[in-house]
This record gives sequence, C-alpha cells and structure tokens, in this order.
Amino acid sequence: MERRIGLVAAMAWAREKLFSTPANAALTVGSLALLYWCVPPALDWMIFSADFAGESRADCTGEGACWVFVKARLGQFLYGFYPEGERWRVDLAFALLVAACLPLAWPRFPAKGKIAALLLLAYPPVAILLFHGGAGLAVVETARWGGLFLTLVIAGVGIVASFPIGVALALGRRSPLPVVKALCVAFIELVRGVPLITVLFMASVMLPLFLPEGVSFDKLLRALVGIALFYAAYMAEVVRGGLQAVPRTQYEAAESLGYGYWQTMRLVVLPQALRHVIPGIVGIFIALFKDTTLVLIIGLFDLLGIVQAAVSDPQWIGYNVEGYVFAGLGFWIFCFALSRFSQFLEGRLAHTGRRARRTTKERQMATLDAPLQVD
Amino acid sequence: MQRHARIFLLGLAVLAAASLPALAQQTLKAAKDRGHLLCGVSQGLPGFSNPDGKGDWSGLDVDFCKAVAAAALGGADKVKFLPLSGKERFTALQSGEVDILSRNTTWTLSRDTALGLNFAGVIYYDGQGFMVRRKLGVKSARELDGATACANAGTTTELNVADFFRSRGMKYKLVTFEKSDDAFAAYVKGRCDVYTTDQSGLYAQRVRLDDPDEHLILPEIISKEPLGPAVRHGDDGWFEIVKWTLFALINAEELGITAANAQQQRTESQNPEVRRLLGSEGDTGKSLGLDADWALRAIQAAGNYGELFERNLGAGSPLKIARNVNALWSKGGILYAPPVR
Repeated sequence: MERRIGLVAAMAWAREKLFSTPANAALTVGSLALLYWCVPPALDWMIFSADFAGESRADCTGEGACWVFVKARLGQFLYGFYPEGERWRVDLAFALLVAACLPLAWPRFPAKGKIAALLLLAYPPVAILLFHGGAGLAVVETARWGGLFLTLVIAGVGIVASFPIGVALALGRRSPLPVVKALCVAFIELVRGVPLITVLFMASVMLPLFLPEGVSFDKLLRALVGIALFYAAYMAEVVRGGLQAVPRTQYEAAESLGYGYWQTMRLVVLPQALRHVIPGIVGIFIALFKDTTLVLIIGLFDLLGIVQAAVSDPQWIGYNVEGYVFAGLGFWIFCFALSRFSQFLEGRLAHTGRRARRTTKERQMATLDAPLQVD
Repeated sequence: MQRHARIFLLGLAVLAAASLPALAQQTLKAAKDRGHLLCGVSQGLPGFSNPDGKGDWSGLDVDFCKAVAAAALGGADKVKFLPLSGKERFTALQSGEVDILSRNTTWTLSRDTALGLNFAGVIYYDGQGFMVRRKLGVKSARELDGATACANAGTTTELNVADFFRSRGMKYKLVTFEKSDDAFAAYVKGRCDVYTTDQSGLYAQRVRLDDPDEHLILPEIISKEPLGPAVRHGDDGWFEIVKWTLFALINAEELGITAANAQQQRTESQNPEVRRLLGSEGDTGKSLGLDADWALRAIQAAGNYGELFERNLGAGSPLKIARNVNALWSKGGILYAPPVR
C-alpha cells in the first residue's frame, strides 16, 4: 500500500518535472538516450574492462583502459624528476601548507590575522628551502621539478603574486597621479595585448640572449615572473571593475571621516570592490591554473607535460588516452575545488558583508554623533 | 607571416651568435669547470629521448651525449639533460644554455649557416616513408598507383607525397588531417591504403597497433631528414670532439668493438685501426685536446653505433626499426665514418 503511494508520488513528480510539456518530454528522453549511449561504454572502458594489476605493458590484456601505465608512472606524474629519496620534502611542505590553512578556513578561529601574516611571510622561505634544498638538505635543481608538484608551485606562486600586483595596478590605473596612471595603463594594455605563450617564450628564449654572458636566471623563476605579471594585468582589470562598482558616495563618506587615500582604499573601497568581483578573480585563478600547461613550450614538465613525455617511452607508446584522462582528472579536481571555494567565500562574505555594512553605518552614526556631543 | 617571424628569429640568433665571441673556444673548459656537460634533448620522442620509469633519460640522442661526456669529461654520468621544445632549441644552443644539441634535428643549409650551427654528422637518416597493410600485397612504394594516402595537413609531408607520385606519373588521393594521431586513426579504420610520415614516426605509431605484424613499412624513403647532433659556431675544438665521438662509435661497429670487449680489444687486438682508435697505439686524443682513452670511454659508455641503434630503436626496443639506410656502408647502408689516424 505504502509502496503504491510512493510509486504514485514518483510518477506525479516525474510528470511535473520531466514530462510537463512535449518539448520537456523530448528533452528527457533525449538526455536518457544520451546517457545510455555514453555512460555504460565509458564505465566499461574505465573500470569493468580495465587492467589495474601488474607492472608493465605485458599486463595490459583487457579491452578497456590500462591503468597499469598510470600506476607505474604515478611517482613521476606527481613529482616529475624529483629524486625519489627526497620526495618527502615536497610532501612535508604541502602538509605544512594544509595545516596552516585549516585554521584560516575555520570560522571564528582565534588570531587568524596573525596566522595569515605568518603564513605569507614565513611559509615561502620554508617551502623554498624544502623544495630546493640547502642548509643540510640535498639541492634539487628546478630542472628536476615536475608533474603535479610543479603545476601546484606555478599556480600557487602565480595566484599569490598576481593578486597584490593586480590590485596595485588597478588602483594605479584609477590614480589621479598622471605618471602612475600612464605607467599602469601602458603595462596593462601591453601585457593584455600579447598571448601568455609569447611572454613565456620571451622570458625563456629571448631574455638569455640579451643578458650579459654568465648572468642567467633560473628557467622556472623566469616563467614564474612571466606568469605572475601576465595574470596581474588581467587581475587589475577585474579589480578595476569592482572599484567602479563602489558608489562615489562611499569615497565621499570616507573623505568626510577624514580618511586619507590608503585608509579609504583599505578600509572602505577595496573590501567592497573585491567582494563584488570574487567570481571574476576566481575565474582568473582557474584560467591561470590551467595555463600552467603552457610551460611545456619552455621545457618544463607540468602534469600534462610529464604525461606526454611518459607516453613517448617506447614501453608505453599508445597509452595516451589513459594518461590524458588522469591529467584531466587532476586538473578538474583542483579547478573544481577552486570554484567551490569561491562559492563558499561568496556566501561567507555576503553574510559578513551585510553585517559589516550595518556596523559601518552604526560607526558612521557614532562618529557623526561624537562631534555634536563635544560641541 | 610565419616566414617573417622565422626570418626575424634567424636574425636575432645571428646577432646573438655574433655577440658571443667570449663563449667560443671554451666549451670544453667550461664543461670541465662545471663538472658536467649540458645536453639539449627533445621533450619526448620514442627511441630518441624519453624519460624512463625512474625519471632518467634514455634513447639514441641521450646515449650519444653520454658518449661525448665519457670522451670529453671522463664519465658517462657527467651530463645533464635539458629537454627543449622545438622552438627554443636553437636559441638554447646559441645562448650557451646547452653545450650540444642532440635533439633529432635535421641538418639543413640554413641551420648550418644562418642559424650558426655546426652539425657533427648524421646519427640517424630519417625520411618520409609509407606504411601499408600486409594483406595489400605491396612490397614497394612504386606499386602504390591509385592508392589513398593519409597524412597531416600543411606539412612538408603533404608536398613530398605530391612530388613522389607526380614525378612517377602515378595517381593518388590524399586525405589530410590536422593532427598526426587523427591521420593514423583514419588509416587504422581503413579510410586509406597508406599512412605516410617520417619513418621513425611510422615505427612509433606501429607499436600502438594491436596487430603490428599485419602492417608493413615500405623500404622507400622519399625525403631527406638527416638527423644529427649540433654545436654552435665558433668553437672548432669542441666541434671536433663531438664530431669524432660520433665517428668513433661508427668506426667501432665497423671494427667489431663493443662496449663489452673494448677493454680486451685494447690490449689484445693486433689490428692497427683498432689499436689507434682505442689508444693503444699513437695518441689520437692529443690533437683533440683529450687523453688517449677518449674513444675507449665513449664506446664503453654507449656501445658502438650498432649497439646504440639496436638498444634504442632496433630489435632490442619495442620500436623494431630496421637498419636499412642506417646500416654501415659495408652492409648496404650509407653510414660511413672517416678513418681515425
């Protein structure tokens, strides 16, 4: 009896949601057919007919994917040519980062500001020491870095460096000082006028030709500077959009409170402006993350690059698809996480935003009241 | 447009070459001070240079650099490999980022002159070839009249096929694809009778097939792609070391010296050519600025040319490339090294 009620309810639901109009019914049937055509063969290839066990090409006997390839090369996909005995250093550095970030993601954790400042100031030297070596640790040159590790380093440095530079450029572009403004406009338009691949190519190939002999910068460092400056220009335009969305009255209100330029920007304008453009900023971060694959053209092996290099091993020729699926999954996980984080941040900030706006108003009222009281 | 860009790059490279006289004549010294050789290789080409499971580089181009390192610096491990993309390889050599470019680079006039490269010789004679299904019953490219061929679009591959068929008055139909993988997939699905690209590429693609033995790579080569290691202009001493390391490996095959028996041959052989090459008679190393054992070390490090080939490209590898033109001149190929004396 209950079962029949359940069935009836389900049918009612289906009629309402899936078959409400002939067009919707057609769409429903079409989608189901599409799923039927795509999902079972994909699952069959990826799981049911796939090979998981084994060590070498000879173990790839099934009709489906041969994940033995990914398994055999996993270390390389994750760390590149980083020496096996030293890989714990990479793990440790990332574990430290996660440990330091957890309290930041925790709402209402005490002394968040201090932790963040510590993270920004103390973490980079620690990470560089662990990654590159020195002070007792064996030196691992950047040429040996690779795989997912390199992707994360490039994306992480790019994101952390391009954001403040971008904000500074955006402020500079709206600056009343003509020289500052001209410089910022020139930089932004110049950089946005060339493709990233050109910037990387210049940094990697042209720069050494112009440097005096004997002077050379690390290839990875050159790429990092290139990527950070390139994305800073895009970031600047997104932030500028946010700045323009802050009403004139906010500036005037800040001015009337006696705030100087930096106070106005830091306390009133930027918090509102950045909140407006979180989706844009995260969009740029995701684009940056994916563009790290371009470093392949300057001879660095990111996650995708190392997969391609592994497929060129005569032992594993022909397992491109497995490698690409793995790389694609890797990129998707990180990009999806970034996008979810952006939504979480938007939700949080929308919440605190309302509260902040109210308190600002209260504070304004209080300040406005104050002189009266003195009078 | 692309042409202009290339001329511009060429000009820059020439400028750079002209402005780097200080780099000349000291490649060997710099490498010795550094403690290792810097060798530019490809980012992954089956059999020529590719990272193995342990993250070490292997392949024909890689082993040649090891041989040079052994000859010049005294150890096959005294070399660092820099994977270079096709675009940056020449500038990397010009700017001194690498000492030697061992990266399946075709020897052409413009590269040898305007780009400021010196090719040390040919380590692999590549060229465009054809793959067909065995059941087609074709044994030679001359029997391909009326065939449908799959190739990549917009490459010299396309033009070479056109030249080949036109000059022989044969009819053909060309189906082109944007990517070589797509062209090969079309051949596998039976859209074409013939798949054409560089021969080394044909062999690499054949490994991917479920039934590689059902496909035949025809012996004809219709274009010249001599691949060889290169160094930059201006350091003749270094150029000679690289050149004669290659010759030493080829001569070693001709003389029957292998990595395993080199030491023994050095002391026991009565053949003056062997004795000269391995340093037990005369001192060939002196005029190269090296010691007498330079060739011995090179051969022990990489093996003779035949061993090098079999291990990376031939029967000892999954590629199973036939020697054909890459055999010694005395065995029907065109591999010929000047004498060591």
